[in-house]
Amino acid sequence: MTESTAGSVLLSVRELAVGFKVGREAPRVAVRGVSFDVPADRTVALVGESGSGKSVSAMAILRLLPDNAHISGSIRFEGRELTSLPLAQIRALRGSAMSVVFQEPMSSLNPVFTVGDQISEVLRIHERLGRRAARERAIELLTEVGLPQPRLRVRSYPHELSGGQQQRVMIAMAIACKPKLLIADEPTTALDVTIQKQVLELLARLRRSHRMSVLFISHDLGVVGEIADEVIVMQAGEVREHGPVTQIFTSPRHPYTRALLACRPDLERHPRRLPVVADFLGGRAPPLHDAPRVARAGQEVILEVKALSKSFRLRDGLFHWREIPAVEAVSFSLRRGQTLGVAGESGSGKTTVGLTLMRLHQATAGRVIMHGANGAVDLLGLSESAMMPYRQRIQIVFQNPYASLNPRFTIGSILTEPMALHAIGADSAARLTLAADLLQRVGLPRDSLSRYPHEFSGGQRQRIAIARCLTLRPDVLICDESVSALDVSVQAQVLNLLLDLQDEFGMAYIFISHDLAVVRYMADQVMVMNQGRAVEMADAESIYRHPQNPYTRKLLESIPRGVAGRIVA
Amino acid sequence: MSNGVWGQVMQRLRYDRIGVGALVVVGLFLVMIVLVSLHLLAGDWAEERGVHYANPTFLGPGPDELAMIEPPPGHMLDLTAVDPLAPHYADIERRTRELETTVRPRIRTLPFGGDRYGRDVLKKAIKGAQVSIVVGLAAALVATFIGSVLGAFSGFFGGPIGDVLEWVYNVFTSVPYILLVFAFAAVSGRGIASVIVILGLTGWTGIYRLIRAEYIKHSNREYVRAAQAIGAAPLARMFGHILPNVSHVILVQLSLHVVNFIKAEVILSFLGLGVSVDSVSWGTMLNEAQTELILGKWWQLAAATLFMAVFVTAFSLFTDSLRDALDPKLR
Repeated sequence: MTESTAGSVLLSVRELAVGFKVGREAPRVAVRGVSFDVPADRTVALVGESGSGKSVSAMAILRLLPDNAHISGSIRFEGRELTSLPLAQIRALRGSAMSVVFQEPMSSLNPVFTVGDQISEVLRIHERLGRRAARERAIELLTEVGLPQPRLRVRSYPHELSGGQQQRVMIAMAIACKPKLLIADEPTTALDVTIQKQVLELLARLRRSHRMSVLFISHDLGVVGEIADEVIVMQAGEVREHGPVTQIFTSPRHPYTRALLACRPDLERHPRRLPVVADFLGGRAPPLHDAPRVARAGQEVILEVKALSKSFRLRDGLFHWREIPAVEAVSFSLRRGQTLGVAGESGSGKTTVGLTLMRLHQATAGRVIMHGANGAVDLLGLSESAMMPYRQRIQIVFQNPYASLNPRFTIGSILTEPMALHAIGADSAARLTLAADLLQRVGLPRDSLSRYPHEFSGGQRQRIAIARCLTLRPDVLICDESVSALDVSVQAQVLNLLLDLQDEFGMAYIFISHDLAVVRYMADQVMVMNQGRAVEMADAESIYRHPQNPYTRKLLESIPRGVAGRIVA
Repeated sequence: MSNGVWGQVMQRLRYDRIGVGALVVVGLFLVMIVLVSLHLLAGDWAEERGVHYANPTFLGPGPDELAMIEPPPGHMLDLTAVDPLAPHYADIERRTRELETTVRPRIRTLPFGGDRYGRDVLKKAIKGAQVSIVVGLAAALVATFIGSVLGAFSGFFGGPIGDVLEWVYNVFTSVPYILLVFAFAAVSGRGIASVIVILGLTGWTGIYRLIRAEYIKHSNREYVRAAQAIGAAPLARMFGHILPNVSHVILVQLSLHVVNFIKAEVILSFLGLGVSVDSVSWGTMLNEAQTELILGKWWQLAAATLFMAVFVTAFSLFTDSLRDALDPKLR
């Protein structure tokens, strides 16, 4: 299949197929005909979108799949056939010869044991070390993965560590028994970009010093390009393309790979529309050259935020509260038809800004002034009933499309409820017609009205959430990480839709995201937030070309940029 | 908008054969109760028709206990000389013949046996259904309603409202249950209505706790935020949006509490706080059955258990179907 260039083959997978049997139906095939090799001392990446079968393929190696999974094909590890091995022997391999780092460090660590105990457990099971020796080795490992003050940290509980530190502990556990193969399943997806960079560097360094192989699973080609030697692109349970990393990035052969590379917004290119997968699979490659949208400057200001602050009160004893500032004195103004991008890492307060200015959180201080037919009105000073007409003018699309639609409501009731509340449309029949029109506008069939949210995919649900906002014809639309939970190809479609709608309805967007490339693509103005403060604000072009604030510079440097940003360990 | 949700539920329920079957059984029980309260059915349950512990018909008559008493052996002693009533016997005999007496013959077997007084156990069970089901259902509905509404307010609003409701909850749970029941009974007096009130007012705490937790969980979900963003009022969010999503918890609690309260009525009756002695419920039947079992008279226990089991099973299956019908994912 591929000619591995370095050393012997450590893991060889041939014609792997995995099916899941649900009820009495025929097994549902998740992966079919997957073949690849992991050479010794190399990093191989499995890339694909959700449902592509990348995790299932990797977990089949360790047989970490539910009981209803049926595995066929051949998996040879150091010449041993794993598929026919009894479970007890597989278990002996897990954690010693092969180990795994999972996506969510918060839920992968047991919250009631100290991290030292959890690392020691691996050593005591596989290496049969004594309690004291295991503890000493745990401290060595924590030092190796770069946890500050390892002698102290070995006694910490997982919740006392940050997400990045937790992932370092997970990696320490994974390398504790010097495995030959480390399977890293989206190890940095839950982390902020700056932390992601550090963890990737750590993985690259450890791979080299331990001379192990890494099977790196990710949805993000940018990350993969920085760390992998070979890349396997998967889609719909099958391998689409397999090759060395430079070939994948410079001359991708399969249209799907080309689509994946193109549909992610990029700091350099700025096309009018993002290409989507269908364009490539249909054989018509869209133009990628820059075509900036028509300038939308000179419009009137419709929203002004002045020194907005929000602090949360945490109960600290029976009659005592502690103030935790989440947003401190944030100010900006927004013009009709323009987009303000709000970028920042988790905990920077960017989401709180969005929720507070539309009064889903009670602001602690500041003013939110809406300009309109009635002149300038401070939204924060209004009563709940006086706020009602302004609710119509400012709407929000949330991050998680699986949580933001009421699972017990039909799409019809989800879309007609806001219209009924604001007396839009003459009667329910007129509202249903309006709702069907909007569904069509966001690219869904009209007959979706009688269906339920769970019958739709993530991207479709996000379209429904957008349609719900559109029913009110808002002037300002807050997109709170609205595309972060979507696959890149779906993300491109939703971003295109948002841009089209902005041109059509003249809405102003507040586009909140942790993803600087997406913010760059969408925004006219960008505000960078860190620890509740706006550290820098400028128009999009200049903030990316000439960042002034050191934090902004650090953020920009951490953006994964594929082979261009290769980590040299 | 919420009509939409519940209308869809009824439509889905119609296609669930088990649910419809269970609903029919529950409906039959309710019809039976209506007939009983109109005295069209089992109105004569208190009539002592059978012999003492009459056997069920399918077992055949038991041995005649009176016939088994043998006359004492030996000669009867002639006491005429010392008996002061001896001269009057002839007179008494004559006057007795003048009176007409009808001794209704006791039936040897009853359809499902008889109790200590020879009352028909089947009729007792039918009559008992009235008290038990009315008490169980009504008290469970009262308790579920109180628990759900208070839990919803406490969980949704939190803050001072939540604190006050938590204090109420703590007070209710800190008083020993029986003491609390006595306190309410002292205020409300006797009778079916007060049993319902007592059980309802003391039994809501567990439901409150669960519903409060569900509301805390759901009130921060994005779909509730989204409803707030489009301008839905707090009550619309609580009962229009969240309620359909926590209804499964409420329904399961409702069916559990129906069973619990049918049993709790027994305890209240035993303590003299429940229904009066001259009425019957499944609870009092079970209570009598304790002593009967030692004598090998199992039918009263069987009758009460059978009725209770059929009703409770049908009711649980119905609430299960209702829960499934509420979840569009299980369509």
